Amino acid sequence: MKRFAELLDRLVLTPSRNGKLRLLTDYFRVTEDPDRGLALAAITGDLSIAAIKPAMLRALVAERVDPVLFGYSYDYVGDLAETVSLVWPARHDGDTASASHMTLAEVIAKLQSASRSDGPKVLAGLLDRSDIAARFAIIKLVTGGLRIGVSARLAKQAVADLGPVDVAEIEELWHGLEPPYTELFAWLEGRARKPERAAFALFRPVMLANPVGDGDLERLDPADYAAEWKWDGIRVQVSFEGGVRRLYSRTGDDISRAFPDLAGGIGFEAVLDGELLVGSPAATGTFSDLQQRLNRKTVSPKIMQNHPAFVRCYDLLQLDGEDVRALPFRQRRARLEDLVATLDPARFDLSPLVAFEDWKALEDLRIAPPHPIIEGVMLKRWDSPYLAGRPKGPWFKWKRDPHTVDAVLMYAQRGHGKRSSFYSDYTFGVWTGAEGEEELVPVGKAYFGFTDEELRQIDKYVRDNTVERFGPVRAVRADRRNGLVLEVAFEGLNRSTRHKSGVAMRFPRISRLRWDKPPAEADRIETLRELLDR
Amino acid sequence: MRGWRRTGTVRPFRGAETTYLSAMRPSDLLQPRPEGLYCPPGDFFIDPVRPVERALITHGHSDHARAGHAHVLATRQTLDIMALRYGENFAQGRQAAALGEKIDVGGVTVTFHPAGHVLGSAQIAVEKGGLRIVASGDYKRTRDATCAPFELVPCDVFITEATFALPVFRHPPPQEEIARLLKSVAQFPERSHLVGAYALGKAQRVMKELRQAGYDRPIHIHGALAKLSAYYQEEGIDLGTLEPATVEAGRKGDFAGAVVIGPPSAFADRWARRFPDPVSCFASGWMRIRQRARQRGVELPLILSDHCDWDELCQTIAGTGAGEVWVTHGREEALVRWCELQGIAARPLHLVGYEDEGD
Repeated sequence: MKRFAELLDRLVLTPSRNGKLRLLTDYFRVTEDPDRGLALAAITGDLSIAAIKPAMLRALVAERVDPVLFGYSYDYVGDLAETVSLVWPARHDGDTASASHMTLAEVIAKLQSASRSDGPKVLAGLLDRSDIAARFAIIKLVTGGLRIGVSARLAKQAVADLGPVDVAEIEELWHGLEPPYTELFAWLEGRARKPERAAFALFRPVMLANPVGDGDLERLDPADYAAEWKWDGIRVQVSFEGGVRRLYSRTGDDISRAFPDLAGGIGFEAVLDGELLVGSPAATGTFSDLQQRLNRKTVSPKIMQNHPAFVRCYDLLQLDGEDVRALPFRQRRARLEDLVATLDPARFDLSPLVAFEDWKALEDLRIAPPHPIIEGVMLKRWDSPYLAGRPKGPWFKWKRDPHTVDAVLMYAQRGHGKRSSFYSDYTFGVWTGAEGEEELVPVGKAYFGFTDEELRQIDKYVRDNTVERFGPVRAVRADRRNGLVLEVAFEGLNRSTRHKSGVAMRFPRISRLRWDKPPAEADRIETLRELLDR
Repeated sequence: MRGWRRTGTVRPFRGAETTYLSAMRPSDLLQPRPEGLYCPPGDFFIDPVRPVERALITHGHSDHARAGHAHVLATRQTLDIMALRYGENFAQGRQAAALGEKIDVGGVTVTFHPAGHVLGSAQIAVEKGGLRIVASGDYKRTRDATCAPFELVPCDVFITEATFALPVFRHPPPQEEIARLLKSVAQFPERSHLVGAYALGKAQRVMKELRQAGYDRPIHIHGALAKLSAYYQEEGIDLGTLEPATVEAGRKGDFAGAVVIGPPSAFADRWARRFPDPVSCFASGWMRIRQRARQRGVELPLILSDHCDWDELCQTIAGTGAGEVWVTHGREEALVRWCELQGIAARPLHLVGYEDEGD
């Protein structure tokens, strides 16, 4: 328990991906079964403690701490789990911290075996016998969703690093395994064979495309490639096998429950690769519409009705029990077309092939796509098998050029880790208001896209032009005559009620520093709003 | 020019003289003024924030010990520290108070008692007419090998700081925090560990704790710590080998695996760029709160405080036997509330000019 508590403490504050991986991999290496597997399940969200509800915590703490003092404390700390872990009175009967010496497995077993009625007692008993770090970890376990800045994918990567093996191998096995994953660790440590794929409808690692680089196309023969639109939805794998129906994200997260309209439809026996979109094949919604369906564990009937989901299919991995990944794309595509013709047309359609003569003709299509949900074109070699990962050559993505806007730097925040002495996170704005009364309204934040040398230059600029400080943030001089213009590239724009400007950028990054440009000539908010209305 | 007079007589504490109690009210003996805590019968201030004629100073932190007073009475070490910080001419006259020595100031008996906060730190007991008030300055109860341990002084009125006066502040044993630092140093040997620590007290405490944990490699320090750390060493506190964290001596890779200590402000500064992929650490009681650590971009918080935590504050108040408690800088309302719950009269003093954030 102590080690797990320590791990959570470190992960919460470690900004860098590599730092987190090191902490996780080291933990998995030195921790015994079944604790490490249970920790892994807690991080990936595969652990449930049913009988204990977060609401119990408030009641329990109210019995132990003066409400006025608790109120001051909670106001100060701002996070309930953390406040309770700190104010919970320690017991001075020699038994203190003994739960910290319990194994994670013992603590989880106690929590999971609690009934609805004795849940509060079991929880209080554990908290009584814990130190602060262990209390925090226990509260995090029972409130579910650790929220420690570690995705399931990152945790799987850390497990893969133990081998080391490719993370795709872990993802492929994942849904056939159960906590505490003893056989997985045994395999990674070379003590056992690789676990067999035992269950139906497991995730298969997806094939990814490389961006078209300078000069790539000149070396390729257009006749070798099929072209399709690149859809701006979310990549999904539809895996219907042996009566089991699953929908996976591209990283192997099971998202079936969020899309019962798809997973609950008429069955078939196949594994499909495609893009999840909302609306209908005839009237496809935009990415903003799609967002209504994202990041939900479950979904209400109303949302399903207003934003129905469908899959635009573009590849076939398995059909009626036969693995077809080794077949060339041309043959997989033919079978896919036959299959999709038999499916519910409101739920599944085919991503059409785009005919083109040469690269120039395709580029014209790429620049002016027929629908806003299209973000470019895909190129797939007719003779390529379906391969896991991102092999160079068979698949290319050729994206529409990003949008750009000239904005003015308004605030800069210090970065983390390697960048902790640099002002590296920038909030920028564009002009709004009538002529003569223009002011800047923030439209986004970006922290990459520049070189190290440019970072040094902006950092110096920020330090030399600070007008106000708020903790780690500095307000930078920015008016019609003084200010730094940043050319910001972004993939799209969504309406936002949370931002004063009413817009939220997707994937903004700094594309150029416009030291030459007077701030008064930066763009106005109207320029961005026009994009929204398209 | 009035000086300080040592008294030869030993006054018993609250003995036969209790009859004077009714004659002397606490607010007659000490009262808050804009300059700081003032003693009318003795005509002196304790830790005044503005220049005054006669100042009694509890310890060398800059919000308590300021330059420009005419006469200063403090422990020898606090006087030395003030001279190091402000130059030899920080006051016209100065006198060193030995711990426990009774000093008469205008008929008021003054004694200095160790506060356990930083080297030289003292509580100041002020006594007249059978009434004793202890102004504790800043203090802590946790063991600290860089200064004399806190002495519990029974009193009628106890004046306490409230920096960490919320039940969420519970400081762990310092050894555990240093162990976490050393574990991280071993886990990330290619990175340097930058420990932010205030220049007086905390920085030397981190060094000493590291030495006590068996860490014997040179510790690299920011220039701002050099004078005070050398003074600690002269006073017999062995901090081991300290080396300046300068790049002139070598290349960036030289600090891989190193522990570097500097004032917290330096880590936001360009100074920090000389170190390879630094792990930013901060030694402070504030690091108990994750959001505090996150705001400062701290990756490895070290909960190491030179102030009492909540339990120690409560325990100390109870231990002094004081019937009345005055609360200064910090989270006064929570401590006043706790005193009320215990049936102890308490009020906030609302003194201005003291940092309630420093640690």
